[in-house]
Amino acid sequence: MLAAAERAGVGAGRRFGEVILETKGLTRVFGSGSHRLVAVDHVDFQIRSGEIVALIGESGSGKTTMGRMLLGLLAPTEGQVLFRGKDLEEYRKRREMREYWRSVQAVFQDPFASFNSFYKVSRTLMNAFKLLPKRPPEDERKEKIYRAVDAVGLNPAEVLDKHPHELSGGQRQRLMIARALLVEPEVLIADEPTSMVDASSRASVLNILLDLRERLNLTIIFITHDIGMAYYTSDRLLIMQHGRIVEQGPSEEIIRNPRHEYTKRLLSDVPTLHQEWELSS
Amino acid sequence: MRDILRILSGSRRFLVGFFMFGAVVLFAWIGPYLIDTDPFTRVGGLYSPPSKEAWLGTDNFGRDVLAQLMYGTRTSLWIGLVGGVVATLIGVTVGTVAGYRGGWIEEALMGLTNVLITIPSIVVLILLSIAVDSRSATVMGVIIGITAWPWTARAVRAQTSSLKTREHIDIARISGVGTLEIMLVEVLPYMLSYIGMAFVLQFSEGILSEATLSMLGLGPFQTVSLGVMLNWALLWEAVRVGAWWAFIPPTIFLAITSFSLMLMNAGMDEVFNPRLRQHQ
Repeated sequence: MLAAAERAGVGAGRRFGEVILETKGLTRVFGSGSHRLVAVDHVDFQIRSGEIVALIGESGSGKTTMGRMLLGLLAPTEGQVLFRGKDLEEYRKRREMREYWRSVQAVFQDPFASFNSFYKVSRTLMNAFKLLPKRPPEDERKEKIYRAVDAVGLNPAEVLDKHPHELSGGQRQRLMIARALLVEPEVLIADEPTSMVDASSRASVLNILLDLRERLNLTIIFITHDIGMAYYTSDRLLIMQHGRIVEQGPSEEIIRNPRHEYTKRLLSDVPTLHQEWELSS
Repeated sequence: MRDILRILSGSRRFLVGFFMFGAVVLFAWIGPYLIDTDPFTRVGGLYSPPSKEAWLGTDNFGRDVLAQLMYGTRTSLWIGLVGGVVATLIGVTVGTVAGYRGGWIEEALMGLTNVLITIPSIVVLILLSIAVDSRSATVMGVIIGITAWPWTARAVRAQTSSLKTREHIDIARISGVGTLEIMLVEVLPYMLSYIGMAFVLQFSEGILSEATLSMLGLGPFQTVSLGVMLNWALLWEAVRVGAWWAFIPPTIFLAITSFSLMLMNAGMDEVFNPRLRQHQ
């Protein structure tokens, strides 16, 4: 496992930068006594700049809790999240979370629940500028929003003035991506970004994200239950079960040669992908 | 806003309650302009039965009961309104802050709320009423309001706790939106229907609390309210002398007012309940 992590720097023939996000003994416990639930259990991993990593697990595996801790939305019970070597707890104590969120942004699973349904979608995008120490003038903000919305393949004039229920799931999710990009983050955490988007928009949402890595050298963490999608998009896979990382390594290696029982089980749920690999290897 | 009215008008219960309540309000606000009688002026003999001059008879000092009923309903509505607004404001503030912030703030606020719930509010009401020097109708409304909020606070806290796990709140947080703005803009609007219902209920409870306090002789000074009318009837033996017109009308008005508010609350429950709303 360690060897796999070391090789991660050269996954798929691509060279990645320095370690940007890291966890050390990250643990989160909910409840106590007989209701005690260890959602994330002493997890260690490193993510390098420019890398796309997928965190894979079934529902209840702790992957969403992990995502919330990486975002600083949930405090860990134990352990650390380090961004460029700096403990997230430091940001929290010094009330510098805005600075952190300028670098680490997110797209969530449910593109409808991600918007406040009482307001037009443009308000949610406008809010992102609150992260900047000096808010740019209104014209500049509008200009930036237009460009970001355009970059995710939507017509700004058509969508920005609408309420969330007037847009499709795919449109809403693309707006969420545009929102995350407004502050030009270095890391994007995408928690099941396609699972609630209609099948026809799924590929385009994924391709937009992949394209962003190419253009902005964005580091992306996909949180997903879908190992097929993870293989398609990611350089490296982290397989999570019952709050622990049970296997990690470059995507191709894991798909070709899964070692942990759980990984094998996940792969058997995607028979075509598995067979394809059997043939070509 | 227009949507809310359209949805509410779909409930027959709400409409019946609304029109009943509207009639009471009109009676209290327009009535005094139609009859030119002061509720404190003597117009006839002691406990004269209803007649052409005094439609609802006179009270123990020979004052016109109909005029008292109009002015009294007005005072009672005002006290109920002030009580309802104060109770809803405190309850929503405490509940939202406790539910959203969590941790020791939640423990402290909910501890206080639970302590207040276990003390019978009538005791606190009586003590507070005795303690204040000038008991105007507004002061009474405030006193009623500050003893009535704990249940609202508990319910709002529960709602906030479940709302705060919604993704748009996480999105607001990672967009750098401040805590106060998140509570006001991302949480509160989702509870508006619930807050409206809580307010209507508190309004009705405020009117009844006023009647209880006033009947015990702790009512507002130098004015007449429905409770004050009942207090007079009690003190001056209206029941024993058979002067039913002195206590039946205020009792009926109390019942109609609180019943109409309860109907509105039930109607709102009917239409805001998400399961029922889908059928519309």
